[in-house]
Order: sequence, then C-alpha cells, then structure tokens
Amino acid sequence: MNFDFALIMTSIPQLLEGIGLTFQLWFLSAILGLLLAIALMLMRISGKWFLYVPAMVYIYIFRGTPILVQIFIIYYGLPQVEFIRESFMWSILREPFGCGILALTLNTGAYVSEILRGGVLGVPKGLGEAAAALGISKVQRFIYITAPLAIRLSLPAYSNDVISLMKSTALVSTITLLDMMGIARIIVSETYAPYEIFISLMIIYLILTWTTQKIFALLERRMNRHTIQ
Amino acid sequence: MNLPNPTPETVISLQDVDKYFGDFQALKKINLSVAKGERIVICGPSGSGKSTLIRCINRLEQHNSGKIIVDGNELTDQVKDIDAVRREVGMVFQNFNLFPHLTIVNNLMLAPRLVRNTSTEEARKQAMELLERVRIPEQANKYPSQLSGGQQQRVAIARALCMNPAIMLFDEPTSALDPEMINEVLEVMTDLAKEGMTMICVTHEMGFARSVADTVVFMDAGEIVERNTPEEFFNHPQQQRTQNFLKQILSH
Repeated sequence: MNFDFALIMTSIPQLLEGIGLTFQLWFLSAILGLLLAIALMLMRISGKWFLYVPAMVYIYIFRGTPILVQIFIIYYGLPQVEFIRESFMWSILREPFGCGILALTLNTGAYVSEILRGGVLGVPKGLGEAAAALGISKVQRFIYITAPLAIRLSLPAYSNDVISLMKSTALVSTITLLDMMGIARIIVSETYAPYEIFISLMIIYLILTWTTQKIFALLERRMNRHTIQ
Repeated sequence: MNLPNPTPETVISLQDVDKYFGDFQALKKINLSVAKGERIVICGPSGSGKSTLIRCINRLEQHNSGKIIVDGNELTDQVKDIDAVRREVGMVFQNFNLFPHLTIVNNLMLAPRLVRNTSTEEARKQAMELLERVRIPEQANKYPSQLSGGQQQRVAIARALCMNPAIMLFDEPTSALDPEMINEVLEVMTDLAKEGMTMICVTHEMGFARSVADTVVFMDAGEIVERNTPEEFFNHPQQQRTQNFLKQILSH
C-alpha cells in the first residue's frame, strides 16, 4: 500500500474549513443541552410524579437509542408531520443545521441531566440540614450549597460528555452538513485515499479532545481548591 | 463554677410528642419543658431517640403527634414559621457540617447575609468577633478541610451563633472528635453556658453534664426514663435502666 504523507499535510487545511461548523454544532448544542439537562434534573429530583415520570421517560428514550437514529428521525421524520411544517419550528427543522442542533441537544441533555443528578445526590445531606437549621430557605440552600458542590462533583463526568458530544457532531455529516467529517467524505470520494484523509481528521479531533481535557482539568483544580491536594 | 440561674419563663415545650420512622416509634409521648437560660443534657444508649428529640425542636424531623412550642411558636407545616423558628434556634452537629466550598469566615457570613440581609461589612465584623470568641480568628480565611476536628466544631458553634439564637441545640458535638480535641470544644460550650444561653445538649461527656447542666435527662427506647439535677442523677439514680446505663459508661 502506498501511504501518502504529503496528502495528510495538504488535507488538514481543507478539513479545517469545516471546523467552524463543528464548533457551532458543538458549543450551541452543549449550551442548549446543559439548560435542558438542568430542567430535566430539577424535574427528576422534584419528588412530584407528574414531573419526574416524564423526565425519566424522556431520559430513557434518548439514552436508550442510537443518536444516529435520533438524527434521522428528526431530519427525515419530523418534516412529514403537517403541524410541524406549519409551526414556527419549521424554520429550524427546514435546515439540516437546525435538525443537527436539535438532535445533539436533545441527546446530550438526557445524559447530562443524569450526570447532574448524580452530583446533587452526592452532596452530603448534613450540609443542607446545617443550612436549614440556620433558617436559610429551600431555594437558597439549593443555590448556595447544593448547586456549587454538585457542579464540582459532576465536572469530571460532564467533561466526558462534552468530549463525546464533540465527536457526535461528526454524525451530522450524514444529513448533508459539511462539517469536518462531511468535507473529509468529499475529499475521500475525490482522491480515493481514505486512510490519509481520515487520519488527518483523527489528528484534528485528538487535538480538540486534548485541549478540552486540559481546560476541564484546570477548571476542576480551580473549583476544588477548598480540598487539600 | 459560677453559672447564671435559669428564669421561670418557658421557651421550649414538648407535649405528648410521638415520632415514627415507618413502623418504628422513635419517640413515645415525650413531655419536656425548657426554661429560659436552662442547660439540659440528654444522655442515653444509642438508638434511644436523643438526636431525634432535638432534631424535632427545629423540625429537621417532623413529629407525628403532640405539640412542640418553641419561643411561643407552635411547629406546624407552615414553612414561613419554621424558618422563623430556625433563626432563633442554633444547632451544632456531630459531623460539624461546615460548608466545604466556603472559607471559615464565609461559612459564618452566609446565613446573616441571606436571611437577615446584613451588609457584607457588618456580617464580616460579627463573624470575626465570634471567631475571636471561639478562639480561632487566625483561621478565618482557610477552608474547613484545612482545620482540625476540634477547630471545625468551634467554627460550627460560631456559625450557629451568627444568627444570635436564643436557644442552642448540640447533637453529640464531641463524639466525632479525637480525645485531645474534646476539651477545646467543651470549653467553648461552657463559656456559652456562663453567658446564660439556653442549651440542650445530647452528649456522653458526663464531666460536662455534672459541671454545667441544670438538668440531666436520661432516655431509653424513645422514652424519657428519668430527669433530675446532675447531683441527684449521678449519685442517686432512681430507675433501674438509669443505673445500668451509668454503670456501663462510668465503669472505665
């Protein structure tokens, strides 16, 4: 087999033309997914069945099915439904970008809500009691005691999910989006050099992963400065 | 030791209080009244309901029947009343329960700022005074994990005092401490007693009970078995269960 190292070098700049789209998909769905996750987590720990049952069903469906299937259902399936085509949602779902964001958000939201719930459950009960004994209200206890500690506990698992979301963005190339993966597939079809092109792509993703890990490691260290190292 | 005498005014009153955890009855028809400035020590074997009893007084546990009246307010399901009562009742826990993500001084400032809207400067000034009082002002800017157990418990006492409570509850405050740290915490508690604080203290420190308490209450199996002055309680225990308990803890 002939392995063309020069092709790796020349294809990287081409692939990077798609990195903007990768970043948009990644950051936008990470932020929206986090908001969704917070809402789901609050429903889940509310103790009210009409809130936690829907949240549990939602989480079960989105964690229990492949994200590729979710992308296809949103992209190919939803436009078949008439009232969606007539609603405001159509302006989002008409575009593959909107479908991609929606699918990634809904999926990551389900995973992250469980990560956050684990964090909340990990905060020692006695701290809430101590705050309650001081006359601090339930809402303020959550904001000033439970939430900051839950965030610290959730951070390692959350960083995993952010990285996994970044890799999932590659799947939207299946619905015509030209992110880095989409561009790679075009170059491969033109050059018939799958190894070189996909290896270039791997290198870029690995650099992104490494950077993300570093950022989260710094964040973790800063947030855990109250514990003895 | 010179300790102020309690006044006749009742600040806490429990009337026929029952508490269940599922089928298990943790408190059985508890009757207890506490006078202003009175110092009560509650002792008894583990599982006897001592902690449950004082946790009912600030409603960390909800009693199932009977009446609890604290500082003129009956404890019911009204959330607003509960928070008001809790501001008047300070509590110190076995495991300190300091907020690990806040510095010592911020542990003390949190409740006054959130609950009483005290200004930052005012809250800090008060916090430093209290740290002075529990003899660790130099630790103000450290995090709880950097302090010894005895220091953490003294901070926890100072934190409870930040809300200027009329009553202090202590739930086995020295049980999680290494022996050499017990005294520094008992000293701070004795200081409080000298200032006339109303105190209910679950503890097995019999020396503390003897020198500080006005009343010693002995609980077993969810009931108050015996209550008396420390003098009578230790020298002439009336009940068989009390005698057995004292024999066990004083035999070493």
